[in-house]
Amino acid sequence: MRGEVRTGLAGVIPPLVALALAGIVSSVIVLLLGESPLRIAEVMVTGSLGSLSSIANTLEEATPLIFTGLCVAIAMRSGLFNIGGEGQLVVGAFVAAWVGYRVGGLNPVMHITLCVALAGAAGALWALIPGILKARFGAHEVINTIMLNYVAFILANFLVGLPYFKKPGQIPQTEDVLSSALLPRMTFLYEYTRLNLGFVIAIACVLIIYILLEKTEVGFEIRSVGHNPLASRASGISVVRNTLIAMAISGFLAGMAGSERVLGVHRHFISPFPFGYGFAGIAVALLGRNRPMGVLVSAVFFGALASGGAQVDIETNVPRELVTVIQAIVIIFVACEYPIRKLVFPRRRTAT
Amino acid sequence: MILNVQGITKAFPRIVANDDVSLGVRRGEIHALVGENGAGKTTLMNIIYGLIRPDRGRIMLRGSELPLSEGFLGTDYGIGMIHQHFMLIREFTVLENIILGSEPAKGPMLDRARARRRVEELVARYGIEADLDRKVRDLSVGEEQRVEILKVLYRDAEIIIMDEPTGVLTPQETCGLFETMRGLVADGKTVVFITHKLEEVIEVSDSVTVMRQGRVVGNVPARETDAARLAEMMVGRQLDALPRRTAVSFGEPVLKVTGLSLDGRAGVRPLRGISFDVRKGEVLGICGVEGNGQLELFEVLIGLRRPSGGSVYIGGDEVTHRSTASRREAGLAEIPPDRTTMGIVAEFSLRENLLLGRQTDNRFSRSGFLDAGAIDGETSRLVGEFGIMPPDPDARGYSFSGGNQQKIVVARELAREPAILVACQPTRGVDIGATRLIHKCILRQADEGKGVLLISADLSEILSLSDRIGVMYRGELVGLFEREDATEEKLGLMMAGVLN
Amino acid sequence: MTEPVAVFALSLLAATVRKSVPLIFASTGGFFSERSGVINIGLEGMMLFGAFSGALVAVLAHNPWLGLIGAAVVGAFIACVHALATITFRANQIISGVAVNLLAVGGTVFLTQVFMGGERSFSLGPADRLPMWGPFLPLAYLCFICVAGACIFAYYTVPGLRLRAVGEHPRAADTQGINVARVRFAAVVMSGVLAGLGGAYLPYFSGSFAKNMTSGLGFIALAALIFGKWHPAGAMAASLLFGFADALQETLQGRGGLPPQVFQAIPYVLTVVALAGVIGRSRPPAALGRHYERESPG
Repeated sequence: MRGEVRTGLAGVIPPLVALALAGIVSSVIVLLLGESPLRIAEVMVTGSLGSLSSIANTLEEATPLIFTGLCVAIAMRSGLFNIGGEGQLVVGAFVAAWVGYRVGGLNPVMHITLCVALAGAAGALWALIPGILKARFGAHEVINTIMLNYVAFILANFLVGLPYFKKPGQIPQTEDVLSSALLPRMTFLYEYTRLNLGFVIAIACVLIIYILLEKTEVGFEIRSVGHNPLASRASGISVVRNTLIAMAISGFLAGMAGSERVLGVHRHFISPFPFGYGFAGIAVALLGRNRPMGVLVSAVFFGALASGGAQVDIETNVPRELVTVIQAIVIIFVACEYPIRKLVFPRRRTAT
Repeated sequence: MILNVQGITKAFPRIVANDDVSLGVRRGEIHALVGENGAGKTTLMNIIYGLIRPDRGRIMLRGSELPLSEGFLGTDYGIGMIHQHFMLIREFTVLENIILGSEPAKGPMLDRARARRRVEELVARYGIEADLDRKVRDLSVGEEQRVEILKVLYRDAEIIIMDEPTGVLTPQETCGLFETMRGLVADGKTVVFITHKLEEVIEVSDSVTVMRQGRVVGNVPARETDAARLAEMMVGRQLDALPRRTAVSFGEPVLKVTGLSLDGRAGVRPLRGISFDVRKGEVLGICGVEGNGQLELFEVLIGLRRPSGGSVYIGGDEVTHRSTASRREAGLAEIPPDRTTMGIVAEFSLRENLLLGRQTDNRFSRSGFLDAGAIDGETSRLVGEFGIMPPDPDARGYSFSGGNQQKIVVARELAREPAILVACQPTRGVDIGATRLIHKCILRQADEGKGVLLISADLSEILSLSDRIGVMYRGELVGLFEREDATEEKLGLMMAGVLN
Repeated sequence: MTEPVAVFALSLLAATVRKSVPLIFASTGGFFSERSGVINIGLEGMMLFGAFSGALVAVLAHNPWLGLIGAAVVGAFIACVHALATITFRANQIISGVAVNLLAVGGTVFLTQVFMGGERSFSLGPADRLPMWGPFLPLAYLCFICVAGACIFAYYTVPGLRLRAVGEHPRAADTQGINVARVRFAAVVMSGVLAGLGGAYLPYFSGSFAKNMTSGLGFIALAALIFGKWHPAGAMAASLLFGFADALQETLQGRGGLPPQVFQAIPYVLTVVALAGVIGRSRPPAALGRHYERESPG
């Protein structure tokens, strides 16, 4: 399944079928809990799309997922599994908090740009470690990226404890970032929303990644390497160079996700930092078929799921972890696309 | 008749592999099944062995019908098969490979002693030498084949099917194999073997069946025919000869190789001190049985592998340690031997496959951005010039036939106007039409003053296209001469290792 | 002079064993799965499910032995999901494994809330816990027995030979009459059973179940397997090594000038270093990660 992607209508149907199946399984779980699936679905819909405040909430939940979804997707297109989104995000978040607080005297545009760029760079470097280990030693990136997640959490935990970073008090967190670094919130939609400019940046990233993959030389090479590394090498394309570029971009995106969380939502770094976006990004990328536009739609969908899930948690006795369970079920069903495809397109020739 | 095949038909999505095939094999005979690549021989044998289910037809074994539709295992019926690519587990010992699936056991525990005794019996009975405790990865190809034969005998096979058994053997090993075959038949076994080597057929078999494009075209006793007549049956017609090139003068060497060596694992040396050059305007053909180092030579020339010794020069510059990209920039183009793994990116569109390797060219890319208009123009041009079908620029690589895929590779490589074209098995598995086109392209390259290195196991291809011919055997270039000095016999002998 | 050192060494040894038990179980489980050719990244999730169900059943039935059975059964069930997805439905093995992990993290908390009335963690009462046999829990002795069993199974029995054949060259095994899918399925289920037992050790030892309590042990177990060259004894040795590092971290905490996080990071960093140095020499089963299918155009 290295970087494999399907186009057009044929590409959309298997994920939809997978979603439908996941919906059925989730309904069964809900039934077993003694609740009505229809009621849950209704609460989910109102909780995610029923009012301006819920829409804002949905988009706010979707924003980091757009970043981490793109992160996983671009790595997959080059043939690598980047499971390290969690760690790359944390590293980026920390750097954003640091630069946001310690660097003063800049106007907001410059300050935000600096914070986001450096956060991205930190994420990129963190992703390059397993990338280089793979290129140089052939060490499988899956375990390495996962290990580095834990190292990132521990490292951040350590740094936050240092007097230079720590805000005086009991809680291991940094000072709030300066107001010039704050990502403005979209309070015109809803007064208390945390949806911020980061959402717009995320959409911009979707477009940039799309253009990169489809319209540039580098994107062509990355896709080639992801589909067939041997043929790429025979044509003079460097597998090492392109996978490293893809990993760097991947980590950069995760780092940006961290910066959005800090500069737009939490306004400081805290340990332990809220997590799950990296792994959710895998579900997002998978459902979105590793294509930038698909990732966008998929991220909004999962954002709606999260927002609706929070509402469900409040209004019913179904816990919000149901959302994580649904994510996992969706991944499994989407990953099992082969029988679904055979079912829907029985005579279509499939690539090996 | 021990085996009677009646009306077997099997169709795959792109091709009808077996079309109403019928043939009969007598007990105790050596029966050869011949045909070109893609004639359907292997598919038929896989059906007999139970690995593939046919769409129609039946097979009678010793008078009773085989349960083709339910799926069965040939070994349960006394049919043993030795595949073209050995099914041996490299990390296991010879003994373990032989007994796998029919292991003698004491309860759940493996009874190695009993297994050893049984196999040693077989070794003695048929004179097939094998060291039972060596790991398969340390064996030579001939030794591996013996293990495959023992596997089949261990399961009391009555009928033994061999798929291209001599493809990778040395001449001595081939003699040894024929001895073994005769020994098996003397013991009452029946041997069916698939080959495209017609001399072997005449030498060792009793009866010959010829297949062409999925159908049986004839069956004759071996002593009543000869290689020439078999060849005619295989191909169906006389191939008209390609226009011979008028005498040309050759220029400077555009590709030069000196003392090229490659060390592999376990003391094997795929390349041993190869030296040759290809001059401007010349086609140098290197022939040899596949497996004598041709693939490694290709990989080293292209830059996919670094040699252990020696040098490569393109147009006077040493490129031995330079990347593939840099060699291509120096004027190298290549047609790889396996288009599906090395030539085409299956998921890419036709347009993208034609761009592969040229995406950095500033005709198609400016400041990193691809110029869709220029790319589309180039795509149409190449599709028209090479007759690539279907001419749909968005069609995915995997949807093209083998011949058209090869045309795509050739088109894009030649479009770069290289100084030297390295073509390795360029027409393997390719239909006649595409083959002729590729041959014309090769000759045109040479006519335009470029150099062509043609590495091929197809002797007639080498003979019809080359100006000079070299023979590879066991990693060495054992002969290099002008076209006029080469005859099929001479080349055949050198390919078989019989040196002058 | 020597006594405090001896006491220190013994307690370190005991701590090493305790830290290694879950790793040994999980890496032995990983051995079965990977030797048959199926990558099992979901080992972590299976351990977590084992921890959860072992603890839950123990609490609900007030019987730790039933809890062990529960852990093994649930581990097997989750492994079935992974096996079904990857073998029958041809899903990518790594993605399926990641899904299993995600399912475990969310699912165990979800089920905790459901069974324990809204709490996100729970503890085991004294009647719910296993008795100590000497310095260790019964599970500790069991894990070493499992390693021995795995070695004998893989290298001295017929099904073991077939297991290894399927992981090296499934087509060869198929042509010799072995049902590749069935062998792989059984191997994956076995890995779930062992991972489940390994996971159950955690709450039994600490006395409570908390969210995500395995915190990466499943991945470290995989690293131990790779480090141990895909051999049960090697994996066990590597697990003991990683367990030692963890035990050292705990014992030295506070002493010496180094901050606790350095020690916390050791197992993870060591894994990365081990993988980089080891891959060149450690050879995986040849067909690992690749799906096997029988029919193809001749």
